[in-house]
Amino acid sequence: MDRPIRVLVAKPGLDGHDRGAKVIARALRDAGMEVIYTGLRQTPEQIVSATIQEDVDVVAMSILSGAHNTLLPKVVELLKVENVDDVLVIGGGVIPDDDIPFLKEKGIAEIFTPGTPTSVTIDYIRANLKRK
Amino acid sequence: MDLAERLLQGDKRAVARLISMAENHDPEAVEILKSLFSKTGKAHVIGITGPPGAGKSTLTDKLAKAIRKEGKTVGIIAVDPTSPFTGGSILGDRVRMNDLSTDPGVFIRSMGTRGHLGGLSKATQAAVKILDIYGVDYIFIETVGVGQSEVDIAKNADTTLMVMVPGLGDDIQAIKAGIMEIGDVFAVNKADRDGAKRTAREIDMMLDFNHSDWRPPVQMVIAVDNEGIDELLGHLKDHKKHMEDTGKLQQRRTLNSRLEIIDLVQENLMRMILDKSKKEEMINQLAVDVAVRKTDPYTASESILKEI
Ligand SMILES: Nc1nc2c(ncn2[C@@H]2O[C@H](COP(=O)(O)OP(=O)(O)OP(=O)(O)O)[C@@H](O)[C@H]2O)c(=O)[nH]1
Ligand SMILES: [Mg+2]
Repeated sequence: MDRPIRVLVAKPGLDGHDRGAKVIARALRDAGMEVIYTGLRQTPEQIVSATIQEDVDVVAMSILSGAHNTLLPKVVELLKVENVDDVLVIGGGVIPDDDIPFLKEKGIAEIFTPGTPTSVTIDYIRANLKRK
Repeated sequence: MDLAERLLQGDKRAVARLISMAENHDPEAVEILKSLFSKTGKAHVIGITGPPGAGKSTLTDKLAKAIRKEGKTVGIIAVDPTSPFTGGSILGDRVRMNDLSTDPGVFIRSMGTRGHLGGLSKATQAAVKILDIYGVDYIFIETVGVGQSEVDIAKNADTTLMVMVPGLGDDIQAIKAGIMEIGDVFAVNKADRDGAKRTAREIDMMLDFNHSDWRPPVQMVIAVDNEGIDELLGHLKDHKKHMEDTGKLQQRRTLNSRLEIIDLVQENLMRMILDKSKKEEMINQLAVDVAVRKTDPYTASESILKEI
């Protein structure tokens, strides 16, 4: 692939911390990716609109607010409604291990919990793109 | 349905995919643009430039909302620099435009410069055409003013909006150095801060040296508070109207088209020279030879040209 991977980094939910999202955004940039950073308090609808307009390969959502079980599946669901089936959806942030199987079942491809080295996320993205 | 048809029917995914194809030098994008080029030229293309953090994105957000109130539609292309070291970038302009994300009458696209240092790439020009065909009434191109890009933006826009902030100091020097001729409309943003009037006056004074029949207006605005936005939009529209009434829009578009043709010839020539992997090898070998003084760069370039 001789084009940069495009990643939407979004921060759904109402909490006001985007440090984690910024750390991952910088790491992905340093890995040669084009990161579309959308900032705090994104609704699932906004994330999906941005995903379509920016034609990204990956949607990476960072979430701390505890609403992951509703917000993350909602994004996957809305993408399906829009017939977007070639975008890799991943999540990160404070997500209890017990919730991970549920989220994966709902179509979030992978969850990266705090302490995961950014290189793991980068390798995962490179290996799991849905589009050439 | 193919991409061209989907674009004509207003499918946002088709818009998005075509822009990606243009960014990735997909020849199919060029073919589609050839077939639909006659449908371009309708939108008012506005370049927004100015120093980092001047409030260009916030201003674009507010201008777009004012335009939407009039029932018109908007396309926004926000260009940020690509790191020359990693090829990556963080494109953060959407942060200021989140409310527009879900507005069906707005399309926002972030682009990295991808190697066009400070300048607008061919892909940006293609994106403007794609949004024009898609049918928006206004297209904004936001770029950070870092020298060359202001000049570049003027080559692609009907109207160039220069965004300044109070207390620029050194930047005023940069304006004196020639950027002044590029602004068709000036905004002094962050007018809630000290010194806005003074900055506006300084810009206005420098415009005294401008001899064209359009005197660029200098509008004070507070983008975060939505102040001065309607006035600013009025100036942008007035400029387009002035350009139309005086025949200058056609002149400017002719000049811009001329520059675009020359750019494309240059780029295609470069591709002809460099794309062939054999020549790439040849260039690499010649580079080594020149570095160790086995040959000189003049002879090296001539031997590449002989290969074409
Ligand atoms: N005080 C004040 N701050 C403003 C105003 N307009 C924008 N800002 C702030 O200035 C900062 C930069 O705004 P942006 O709109 O991102 O500026 P920009 O020119 O697009 O920035 P880059 O794209 O990074 O070059 C933000 O924190 C805005 O909230 C204003 O009128 N007054
Ligand atoms: Mg900006």
